[in-house]
Amino acid sequence: MLRVIVRRLLQLVVTLIGLSALVFIWLRNLPGGPIEALLGERATPERRALLTKALGYDQPILVQYAKFMQRLVTGDFGNSIRSGDPVTEVIGRAFPATVELAAAAMIIAIGLGVPLGYLAARHRGRLLDNLSIGGTLLGISIPIFFLGYLLKDVFTQNMHLFPPSGRISTGLDNTDITGFFVLDGLLTREFDATGDALWHLILPAITLATIPLAVIVRITRASVLDVLNEDYVRTAEAKGLRHKTIRGRHILRNGLLPVVTTIGLQTGALLSGAVLTERVYNWGGLGTLIYDSISGGRDYPVLQALILLAALVFVLVNLLVDLSYAFIDPRVRVR
Amino acid sequence: MSLLDVRDLSVVFQRRGERPFTAVDEVSFSVEPGQTVGLVGESGCGKSVTSLAIMGLLPQRGNKVTGEVNFDGADLLKLRPDDLRDRRGRDIGMIFQDPLSSLNPVIPIGTQVAEVLERHRGMDHKAALKEARELLDAVGIPDPTRRLKEYPHQISGGMRQRALIAIALACKPRLLIADEPTTALDVTIQAQILTLLKELVDETGTALIMITHDLGVVAGLCDTVNVLYGGKIVERAERHELFARPRHPYTHGLLNSVPRLDSPRGERLHAIRGSVADNIPWAEGCAFAPRCDNVVDACLDGTPPLEPTANGGDLRCNNPVSEEVAVP
Repeated sequence: MLRVIVRRLLQLVVTLIGLSALVFIWLRNLPGGPIEALLGERATPERRALLTKALGYDQPILVQYAKFMQRLVTGDFGNSIRSGDPVTEVIGRAFPATVELAAAAMIIAIGLGVPLGYLAARHRGRLLDNLSIGGTLLGISIPIFFLGYLLKDVFTQNMHLFPPSGRISTGLDNTDITGFFVLDGLLTREFDATGDALWHLILPAITLATIPLAVIVRITRASVLDVLNEDYVRTAEAKGLRHKTIRGRHILRNGLLPVVTTIGLQTGALLSGAVLTERVYNWGGLGTLIYDSISGGRDYPVLQALILLAALVFVLVNLLVDLSYAFIDPRVRVR
Repeated sequence: MSLLDVRDLSVVFQRRGERPFTAVDEVSFSVEPGQTVGLVGESGCGKSVTSLAIMGLLPQRGNKVTGEVNFDGADLLKLRPDDLRDRRGRDIGMIFQDPLSSLNPVIPIGTQVAEVLERHRGMDHKAALKEARELLDAVGIPDPTRRLKEYPHQISGGMRQRALIAIALACKPRLLIADEPTTALDVTIQAQILTLLKELVDETGTALIMITHDLGVVAGLCDTVNVLYGGKIVERAERHELFARPRHPYTHGLLNSVPRLDSPRGERLHAIRGSVADNIPWAEGCAFAPRCDNVVDACLDGTPPLEPTANGGDLRCNNPVSEEVAVP
């Protein structure tokens, strides 16, 4: 088992190095760039040349890349062009916000998706099943930004149930320890802060959860339908076991294997949804940072680090999925 | 009183947009305590569906089950689902055809045996596991303590079937239904499993319904044999009677088609001509008529009745094979 983990981590390093080269070259070949963004379109060629030299962008791209990698080994991603702050600091500020949002979204997606998918399968062809099929189709098809603004319009502008944006009410004196506001409130026993953070979290989390929720419902439904036809479920019925035992031990344990894979892939893909969701709710996480770093003048150092971080998270989550697979299914256990 | 009395059991599969299909057609038979009864026929004759209907294991939708299944004074078809659930695994055990797919791949063998004890005998997990070890030992699984923790893919096909038998017999049921228990196993293992079943049934006094297409299995095990064709019983007889003097042309054909070691070299194997696809609906006559060598006009004029024979059996045939024509 340990050998598998080590091998996968080594693969991860290779993946990240390759990806870093691709991203580095690709970013610098995009039209526009930090020079234009910082100086405006009417800057004199002399000033442009000066800034280009100051940022080191006049050197050959391979040299630039080599320098980037050299600094990277020491954990230095450079400084943000827009703010001048170290990239690690910029990302560190935004990271907890997105993790909190993503975690809440996945809790909703898994917590609702698995039971719904199971029930849909057990009631195949009946009302509940048809509703879930229609609902998931809608969930997958509806654009996130549209749903976001719709929810915001209905629940905040019209009904005033939830705050329109942000992670916490202004003027609330909360202590920031980890950057996860819900967690911080619990740690410091400032339960009003936790409540307030949760209150802000609900709409964005629902918005971000729709796609993974829909996918999880579909996959769970299909997988449970498969398992229901398995001989061992018939054996369990022939034993006269209780519904509860058959459901938990015999159906879900087998039926959840493909769902676990899906959960991994969806968690990794969550960042793209976060860009839109965070935009709608002014969330101030990585999604916002990506958006600002692209539109606000190609902040190369920040963008590079963000893309590598996204890849890192994706691979780690899926490594976790593979390991849990071995835990659930003895047949894939490595000797 | 019979332990199990099946009366006019019919199962009709009905899917939306398709013609209803009668898989089991007014089947009646009974099983006495401790008796071994065979249900014999080829694929698609309704023998497995009969057993699933008795157990209440058919899918909830898409089929209609009528008739009576009287077990121990209660009609199983009319029991509330929860009451039937209490009896399954406790009063009636069942063994299935494919031992690999019939065991849950992600649960240790021990738990799969123990859970039926926990359910019906109220044992806690530890006591149930201890009992499971004894059961695995009783069905001849070597090193049972180790097997408790192993998964189905780690043990051999024969051992898996033994484990399924242990599960089915865990609560000492009064009736055991074995649905082609040896079909998925190779021949030497088949013999071992049959011997084991015979021993266990004799030891515990459990009645057994043996469902098979293999007449060799019937010959070694069953007291009474019901031959099914096209969802109906066409012949019922004591084992010796059936093998010595098969009366229905279908039974006769089945026995004739068993290859023999002492037949002359170069002799072709006997086969029943045609296939089940040639069947005519029972309402129009005898379903077997298109494949039958003894067919007479009456065979195409309504369902032949199942009538008692002089030898204590029952026969559904207008022109049976003469009693003198013994199987070679």
